[in-house]
Amino acid sequence: MTDTFQLDGAPVPFEPGQTVMQAALAAGRYIPHLCYHPEFKPHGSCKLCTVKVGGRTTASCTMPAEAGLNVESNIEELNALRRTLVQMLFVEGNHFCPSCEASGNCQLQATAYELQMMTPRFNEFYPDRPLDGSHPDILLDYNRCILCELCVRASSEVDGKHVFALAGRGITKHLIVNARSGLLKDTDMALTDKAMQVCPVGVILQKGVGFRVPIGERRYDQRPVSAQALDDAPRQAGVGGGCTACEGTS
Amino acid sequence: MVSDSGLHATYLGPILERHGHAAANLLQILCEAQEYYGYIHPDAVDYLGAMLHLPRSRIEGVATFYSFLHLQPQGEYRVLFSDNITDRMLGSTALMQQMCQQMWVEPGKVSEDGLLSINTTSCSGMCDQGPAMLVNGRAITRLTHQCVQEIGMLIRNRTPLVDWPSDFFVVDDNIRRRGPLLDNKLEPGDSLRTALALGTQNIVGVIQQSCLRGRGGAGFPTGLKWESCRNAQGSEHYVVCNADEGEPGTFKDRVLLASYADLVFEGMTLCALAIGATQGYLYLRGEYRYLLEFLQFVLQRRREQNLLGKNILGQAGFDFDIAIHLGAGAYICGEESALIESLEGKRGIPRNRPPFPVTHGFLQQPTAVDNVETFCQAALAIQMGADNYRAIGTPKSAGSKLISVSGDCPRPGIYEYPFGVSVREVLHDCGAVNTRAVQVSGPSGVCIAEAEFDRRLGFEDLPTAGAFMVFDDSRDLFEVARNFVHFFAHESCGFCTPCRVGTSMLKATMDKIAAGLGTRYDLGEIEHLDHVLQTSSHCGLGRTACNPVLHTLKHFRPAYENRLKSLEFKPAFDLDGALARARQMTGRDDAGAHLKPEGA
Ligand SMILES: Cc1cc2nc3c(=O)[nH]c(=O)nc-3n(C[C@H](O)[C@H](O)[C@H](O)COP(=O)(O)O)c2cc1C
Ligand code: SF4
Ligand code: SF4
Ligand code: FES
Repeated sequence: MTDTFQLDGAPVPFEPGQTVMQAALAAGRYIPHLCYHPEFKPHGSCKLCTVKVGGRTTASCTMPAEAGLNVESNIEELNALRRTLVQMLFVEGNHFCPSCEASGNCQLQATAYELQMMTPRFNEFYPDRPLDGSHPDILLDYNRCILCELCVRASSEVDGKHVFALAGRGITKHLIVNARSGLLKDTDMALTDKAMQVCPVGVILQKGVGFRVPIGERRYDQRPVSAQALDDAPRQAGVGGGCTACEGTS
Repeated sequence: MVSDSGLHATYLGPILERHGHAAANLLQILCEAQEYYGYIHPDAVDYLGAMLHLPRSRIEGVATFYSFLHLQPQGEYRVLFSDNITDRMLGSTALMQQMCQQMWVEPGKVSEDGLLSINTTSCSGMCDQGPAMLVNGRAITRLTHQCVQEIGMLIRNRTPLVDWPSDFFVVDDNIRRRGPLLDNKLEPGDSLRTALALGTQNIVGVIQQSCLRGRGGAGFPTGLKWESCRNAQGSEHYVVCNADEGEPGTFKDRVLLASYADLVFEGMTLCALAIGATQGYLYLRGEYRYLLEFLQFVLQRRREQNLLGKNILGQAGFDFDIAIHLGAGAYICGEESALIESLEGKRGIPRNRPPFPVTHGFLQQPTAVDNVETFCQAALAIQMGADNYRAIGTPKSAGSKLISVSGDCPRPGIYEYPFGVSVREVLHDCGAVNTRAVQVSGPSGVCIAEAEFDRRLGFEDLPTAGAFMVFDDSRDLFEVARNFVHFFAHESCGFCTPCRVGTSMLKATMDKIAAGLGTRYDLGEIEHLDHVLQTSSHCGLGRTACNPVLHTLKHFRPAYENRLKSLEFKPAFDLDGALARARQMTGRDDAGAHLKPEGA
């Protein structure tokens, strides 16, 4: 018999080693998230998945599931918090959705819809971020990076290449590539890399295929992220491997 | 290219050798590598990457995390003015302006001839003898106009730092009040002998009975920590001394390291004996780099005295040694799990917890991380015995506490009191008059006003890591809070969304209010931000980042309201000004090309 915990009043079974997020998704229950990806070990930086356990707030993607926990997630207080966090991510970068190739496939945009975000609320930071078109097949638009580190993890854990890393501190934290020139063309990045597939926003883009699928017919145009995320998650326990390349995982 | 990397190999080779070619020592290697050019040369990054089998992006990631490491050429002389509010109150802003003018450099830029750069740095731990600066990492205290002028001349003449007047570099202890700790008559080895007589198994018990609690701020019971660490499974156990002392306004660990180093190391060795560790680390903040040679000397002497090394004091199997690791300008590395990441040569990002360091710390092994003062108190408690120790202080806060007093008072410095001393008593002893507020335990602590001066320092009421900054009635508490908010924004590690973005938003809001553009709406937004930071931040930095504003708003609301526009909302930017470029491009400047003035 598997143990269970309560999520918003209904039981969620879990297997040893699963976090609250993993168990919830496997049980068909959505908790908003951005930096969590079912194939990777959670590292807990975006804080969108914040839940309340026994009156205390904590990130559910990193919190080990335990029998008898009483987890609150889908309550207005937490959804308001998540809306603010998404707004923070929007104003921190430069997100011009109507002209973005990722529009409709973007998890940030879809999560904003899910949380009914109506305005950016805060003053835009308008950071000065570059565009890297040096690679023959791949475009990097750093303007949209939300620093989720999924590409860092994918490139080192799966591709074994370490193409991406994070640099800087605080609000100056930013993504860099593994080349003295700072340009993607001088790395060993390839279209077939796992790192091509994990960006939740529109930073890492394949050249030459832009807008092939019309806006309106894209991933989250058809189904909201809350439904899509459940399809993407494994319905069985699976804890991703460790990563020594990224922050906060050890 | 080839000859270049040969060039870098000559000085990097010995550095790598010293650090065992270990990637885990990357931060230490980078600190030393930088000493050659004042920055880490791109060729050096390539070379280190190849030798340590690290992608260069990882090395760049680490180097750019720490304020004192640079990947771009810096001035030959790197001048950093300590920017704590106490430095400012002593006139640091004007001194920095003076120096920039004298030397023709802009703050934050390198002079055109590459001679120097001038910038600010977070509190350098010299608050009792400010204003202070760091020149190529060396602290200079009690700056005056004349002294800054002299420094300018020395730099212009390219006088090597070793030839500067030595009295520039004097750092005083300023011990004003002694208690059981600062008055101790312990000789090196005394409390280790007592501990061995007690029996290794009993050390943890005595520490527990003495009710010793951590002096780094959180007040965690030290005996419990050591016990959990001892009982945790691991191939190695480690002792780590947290000498990062980054909380603005705190400087007691500096004094302990400078004048009570034996006691610090004795406490660490005791802990090693108690938990079964053979290796210890002292994580020394980069600002205290000047103490390194001295501390190494003390360690060496202790080895010769058989107080470190193999079979300590003749006890078979009691092996322990201590290495010193340097920080490089990152307040977050005072947080214990970030400190461990940094010890492992990585970016100083707080880890997810659980697991805690006592079970999964340095290299994932059981690790006891304690504050400098905690180790000293532990050595003292063993020597005094649990009952005598517990008799000092209050029921929940046993022993004495070192308080770092700075700000508006004639006698700033170190005061040792039994726990339970009132704020008023400290103010009286340091000679403070007309005190408006006291910031207890630094920016992440609490700001209290006169009505609360009878409150007592201790875990029952006002817990403190030791900072005690005094503000008299000439001070503007809004500016105090704004200084602290800038500090948090600068020191946020950037890992989690709420703190990375939220601290910058808070800073922008405080700057907006300072510029006279604030509204009541902004005060509401601060409260909203506070809720977000408190409920979702990854670590203590983010969770406390709004405290300075909330506390000063509570006690000194007029300091804010006097600056507000009466409007409910006012944008931070000038709308009509934003059209200037469009007017220029269209060659128009008629009324229709301007926004209507307010109320028109
Ligand atoms: C942002 C932050 C900064 C900290 N800085 C320090 C510090 O500089 N020195 C220190 O001893 N503890 C610091 N701490 C507390 C440590 O995490 C840890 O609790 C302490 O070193 C434990 O030692 P103790 O039990 O002896 O107090 C900090 C905590 C946080 C959240
Ligand atoms: S590029 Fe994409 S995947 Fe990589 S950190 Fe940025 S947002 Fe995440
Ligand atoms: S709260 Fe701030 S300092 Fe702590 S992990 Fe988050 S970003 Fe880093
Ligand atoms: S999904 Fe949990 S912190 Fe990002």
